[in-house]
This record gives sequence, C-alpha cells and structure tokens, in this order.
Amino acid sequence: MTGRQLITDAKNTWCPGCGNFTIQHTLKNVLADIEKEGKSLDDIVLVTGIGCHAKIADYLNINSFYTLHGRTIPVATGIKLANPGLTVICCAGDGDCYAEGLDHLIFAAKRNIDLTVIVHNNRVYGLTTGQYTPTSPRGFKGKSTPLGTMEDPINPVGLMLAGGATYIARGYSKKMDLLRTLIREGIGHKGFAFIDVLQICATFFPAADYYTPRVYDLAGHDRSDFNAACRKAREWDYNGDAPIALGVFFQKTAPVFEAKSVGGMISAAEREGAIGDLLKKRT
Amino acid sequence: MNEVSVLIGGKAGDGINSAGAMAAQLLNHIGYRIYLYFDYPSLIRGGHNYAIVRGREIATGTCGSMVDFVLALDQETVERHKNSWKPETAVIYNRDVVKAVGQGISLKEILAAEHAPEIMGNSAVLGGFAKAAGIPWETTEAVLSSHIPKKTEENLRVARRAYDLLKTVHPLPPCNNSPVPLLTGNEAVGLGMVRGGLEAYVSYPMTPSSSLLHFLAEEQENLGITVLHPENEIAVILMALGFASAGKKAAVGTSGGGFCLMTEGLSLAGMAELPVVLLVSQRTGPSTGLPTYTGQADFLFVLHAGQGEFPRLIVAPGTTEEALYWSAVAMNIAWEFQVPAFILSDKTLSEGTYSTDCSLVPKIPKSTIPLWDRTSPYRRYSDTLSGISPLAFPGTEGAVVKVDSYSHDEAGITTEEADLVDQMAKKRLRKEEQLVQAMSRYPQVSVSGNAAGMVALLCWGSTAGACDEVAGPLGLRVVRPVVLSPFPADALRNALDGAGMVIAVEENATAQLASLAGQYGIVCEKKILRYDGRPFTPDILREKIREVLP
Repeated sequence: MTGRQLITDAKNTWCPGCGNFTIQHTLKNVLADIEKEGKSLDDIVLVTGIGCHAKIADYLNINSFYTLHGRTIPVATGIKLANPGLTVICCAGDGDCYAEGLDHLIFAAKRNIDLTVIVHNNRVYGLTTGQYTPTSPRGFKGKSTPLGTMEDPINPVGLMLAGGATYIARGYSKKMDLLRTLIREGIGHKGFAFIDVLQICATFFPAADYYTPRVYDLAGHDRSDFNAACRKAREWDYNGDAPIALGVFFQKTAPVFEAKSVGGMISAAEREGAIGDLLKKRT
Repeated sequence: MNEVSVLIGGKAGDGINSAGAMAAQLLNHIGYRIYLYFDYPSLIRGGHNYAIVRGREIATGTCGSMVDFVLALDQETVERHKNSWKPETAVIYNRDVVKAVGQGISLKEILAAEHAPEIMGNSAVLGGFAKAAGIPWETTEAVLSSHIPKKTEENLRVARRAYDLLKTVHPLPPCNNSPVPLLTGNEAVGLGMVRGGLEAYVSYPMTPSSSLLHFLAEEQENLGITVLHPENEIAVILMALGFASAGKKAAVGTSGGGFCLMTEGLSLAGMAELPVVLLVSQRTGPSTGLPTYTGQADFLFVLHAGQGEFPRLIVAPGTTEEALYWSAVAMNIAWEFQVPAFILSDKTLSEGTYSTDCSLVPKIPKSTIPLWDRTSPYRRYSDTLSGISPLAFPGTEGAVVKVDSYSHDEAGITTEEADLVDQMAKKRLRKEEQLVQAMSRYPQVSVSGNAAGMVALLCWGSTAGACDEVAGPLGLRVVRPVVLSPFPADALRNALDGAGMVIAVEENATAQLASLAGQYGIVCEKKILRYDGRPFTPDILREKIREVLP
C-alpha cells in the first residue's frame, strides 16, 4: 500500500505540549522516508506497551500490536522470528520497559535480536496520574511517594552497555532532527537498537528547563569505542547536575539472533515421514 | 491374563529411567502392553530413583503395588520396596553394593572382563533380567541392538555375560501382540502438536512439562519447527502470541507455577483473539509443592485463569493415543476459532511411558482457517455472524493489521464506547457458541468398562488407567470427559444415563470435576480422592471403591 494516510482517524488524547507528539511526528517522517526508499510500509510492525506512549499504536496507520504493560519486547521478538522480513519497532514507556518489563529488555540486548526499541522516557507514570518510575530523580514526589523517593534512578544507557545492545542512543523530544536520525539509524541497524528518548511530560514532569540548557550533541564521539561509551554514559546519571549527551553512544556489528527454522521449511509429507521414523525408533 | 511388574531401583544418576525404558522394550517385543512409571525426588544425584515397568496382555496406563521382578542397583531398592514383594518375586541385584536374597551379579567383574566402562553396567542388569524372565537371547539381542546405537557390540557382550550367569526363575509367556511404539505422554503431545501444524514451541523449563521442551528441541530440525527457551514464562506466552499475530502456529508448555506467570498473556490471547496452544502439566501444589510428583488440582485454575471472559478449549487426554489425537485437534481448534486451547496433563501422563497403538488414533478432522478475502478494507476484528474474523498478517499487501489488548473496534482501534464494547464482547461470546457446536462433533466423553453399569466412576485425565483396570472386573462404568471446556454437559449426561450412583475419582482434595459437574446438575454421590502426589494404583482404588459401594 503506497501513499497511505499515515495518521488514523482515532481521536488524539495526549495533553497539549506532550513530548509524544514529537516522537509520533518523527516516526511518521521516518516511515515516509522508508517508503520513499522503496520499502513497503506493509512490512513494518509497531509494537507498543501500555501507557501514554502506547496510544501511538492507535494513531499511526500501520500494522500494530498494542500489547501489555512492559511486554513489547517478547511480542516483538515472536513477530520478528516468525517473519524475519518484517521491520519491527517497539515504542515503550520508561515504567513499561524499565520496571515491568526490564527482564525482556536485558534479554533482547543479550540476544541481539533485530528490533528497534524506542523508550518514551518521561520519567513519570502519566496514564496512572503521576507516580515515580525507575528513571525519576531521587526525591521525586509522586502520588505514591509524597515524601520523595529514597532511591536513585537507573541509568538505561549504562544498563544497555552492560546488557550487550549493539546500537545505543539517546534522544530528546525537543531535538526532532537528531531524533529522526537516531530512529532511522536504529531501524537500519542490523541487531538490537535501543534509543532512550528524554520526553517531556507536560502535566506531571515538565522538565524542559532542566534538559534544554544541559543537552549537547555527541558529534565527534567514537561510537565504536566501548570504554568511551561507558564514560559518556556515566557523565549524567539521570539524577545530578551534569551535561547530558545526545546521540549514539555505541554501535557495533555482531551476530543477530535468528530462529533456526520457522515452519514451512519442510513439507507436510516430510513431517509425517519424520514422525514415522520417530515412532519406529520408539518401537 | 498375562501380566508382569518389574521394579528397577538405584541412585539418581544410575540411569534408572533408561534402564526402565529398555526393560519396557524387552517386554514390548514379547507382546506385552506397557506402562512405565518413573519415581524420582527433585535432585540430580544421590537420591533413590525407581521405575516400575508394567506389562500386560491388554493396554494399561497404571502400575500395581506388587512386583514380580526387582532389579536392585542400590540397597534402598531392597529395603524400601519390601512391602511390594510377593514370595515368588525374583530379585536380581548388583552384589558389589547390595546385600539381598536372589540372584546376585557383580557388575564390576563383568565390566572388567569386557574392559567395559561403568556406564554399561545397566546392560548387564538387562541381560540378567532377560534370562531370569526367560526372554530368548535373540529377542534380547535385537532389542538392545536397535535401542543402543552407540558401542552396540560391547553392550551386547556385557549383557550376554549376565545372561549366561543367571537362571530363568520366572518365565514370562509371550503375548499375542505386535510391538508398538513406546511414547511418553509429553512425546505424544509433541507429535500431536506437530501433526496439527505446529511451527514454533516456546517454553521455560518446569517439571513435568520440560521433557516436551527437550524432545522438540532435539527433534526440531527433523520436524521443521522452531524451539525457543526465553527468559521466563511471561516472555514464553507473549512470544507465542507474537508468532501467532504474524501467522505462525505456536504452542507453549509449563506447569502450574509457570502458568501463573502466563495468565496475563492468556487474557491477552482472549482479548486480542490470538490462537495459542498451552500444555499445562500438573504436579502437586500449591506453590512449589512436590515438583516431581503428580496431581490434578489445577483444572479449575486453568478453567478460570485470566481476567475477563473469553472462550477457551481445554482437553485432558488420558492415554498417549488420546494425547496424539487431541493435541492435533487443539492446534486446529485454536486457529479455527482464534482462541487459547489447553492440553491439560499431569506427571503421570507426561512422564509415563505407554504402549501407543497408532491404529487407535482417529483421523484428525480437517479444519479451515478463515482468511481475509480482500473484498473490503481489512479489519482485524470484523464483526461477523459467527464472531470469527478473517485473518491477515503483517506483511500482507494492502492490509493494516491492528492487534489490540484494549477494548477495540472492528479495525483494532481502542475504544471505550459502551455500545461498541458491548458489541465486541458479544462477538467474542458468539465464538464460544460456535465452539460448543463444533466440539459436539468430537468424541468429547469417553465411556469404558461396563457401559450399562449401574455404578459409574467419573474421572478425567491420567486416572483413566487405574479406573479402566478396576472397572472391568467390578462391572463398573467409567465415564471420562476428555473435553473439559466448553463443558460437554449434554454428552456427559448421556454417558451417565441410567447410572444409579456416580463416584468421582480425582487426584485432588476438592473433587474439582465433580464440583463443576454439580453446577450442571450432575451429582456425584461419593468421592474418592488422592492428593499425596502419587497416582492411584488399581489395588488401592479397588479397595476404596469397595468401601463406598452400597
């Protein structure tokens, strides 16, 4: 299907000023680019979790699987293994991907399965109206932590470096051009691509005044240098006052996780023959 | 009737299960029908393991309490099972490590004489057993040759030495049956799934389902399937749903604890209308319970698992022939109706080895998967008369396939509109009506024993073996629903027609099937329940039935 309307008729219910608009618009542009390059959008699947981010499944007029909270990656893994010809993109949230579904994230990185995971990291639960997430800063006062959290945030970039992801980047919802480059590169990367997107939550965590003066572009950083990537990842710990690097921290080529054989590899008659051989062996 | 029981015991790590399998093959080749029960604690080395091989002239799925042969590889085999000995029980023991009365052989001496490694000790034991049971050497040689592919000659020489050393003490008359395949319940489930079109099997190890994972992983290239072992059971079912949404037939396997983790994914399958087949093999619960022992306490859990209301198929095969048949049917039904389909098993069936007469497996009815015909724009959840929406998968030209866990409209876009929510709930419920009709064309309820018996045993799953064996001589009817959801109330009432007394026989503490049947007005006057992790044996069951009979 070419020249399709990329946005559905579904009513958009994100708050005014929400960073999700930027991510959706960016993704839409990337899809348009991909189509211009001659690839059919019929071969793209968007997999989302549950949370504000996930509404993008209703809004983008492409194949989608609107899954459960934290469960984008295992569903996406099944889809990719079932049909390696598909391009599978996960849009996940920070509570979604770093709390409820953290095990899947680490295993996807470990496997180097060919997926692109975009984490809409607004560092707060929006849809459940304002609780802290794994990336909220220490002392964050949310509805479940009115006295302020007593734990440090995790650093997703460092986590993915340790986990073995082969494309690791960070974007910002107020730097659309860079985000477009990162997502396009991530989709093109053969292997597990991870993009943490600092996203503004206009209602519960409007942190633009914090991010904007601190962010800088990683241009010039050698993305093949793992140790340099670790140093850059540690520069800002999602907590204190430090420069915040945006761009690609790390990229390498590595073997991709693939299914050995997915059905259809042998005929029904061959299968029946194999079953017959097995039964003979057991006699 | 010819029948024999052989007990083989030793330490974990002695290869008791494979020695049992070989003894079973020896009996298979002199015409006996087999059930092999393997009892082992949840540890890797050092504990006491034993296998009981039951051979019978007609099909069997259970073990008796008394044994005719004891093959002892450790002292505990002799001490612990004394109450199952008869005066004439023939004992063969490894006299290097066991003190007993009977025929002792020194495995050490035999192995030294043949310069054979320790691992071949079991071949000596089997050779000794063959001689003691009067099994001709030609048969023994043929069985060992076809089932020990590695170092066959050396194993045969070891077996022959023991064969020559021992006397025939309990000659077994051959039975008039041809040998048939010996399969575990899990192997039969796996082959049935493959016949039903399985393309991917996803599982996280958990006893007693793990042997299906191992079997399919080993055979994946021969059978042309993908086998995956992901990070946990949550990932297992979601990967399977990913496969299904992309058009590949997937199944998962687990036991109660792992299934707990799958319930959110199960509910997703219900809402998103994705086909998936689940083997749930029960062990003793609650919680970690007795990992390597049996039970039937998860039926109502499987029946009700997952939030919300959605149709599901549950089948509980009682034999390997039924496991072969119903696992294929479960694959077909899951895809025809876009519902989750369960194969409910237990340790007794999953890990037990049965003579499997494939000529008894009915032909699998053809099923059709409704596919998008391209006549109108694709809507994943189009509201049809049957409630079943035609399928298309990502990568199909011109189709936007939107799968959704939220309440959704026909296109798969999230909605909270009351009318639409109501309409789509009704659509899913209509699938259940269709499913009920479709299942009424299958043999949903098995009746055996004396079909006109005034007293009926109502059982399900693997207790089939013990119930069938007891019912015949007592003139009882055995009524066993194989389909448990949708509940085949009409077929069950027909099967019980004329029975003046119904006795529930279940391996749980609360008579779960009986309580469900009660909701349909089917009353069980008496209940015989066992929940210590051990399967019913015919002699124990017979005694309990006599206690409750009027």
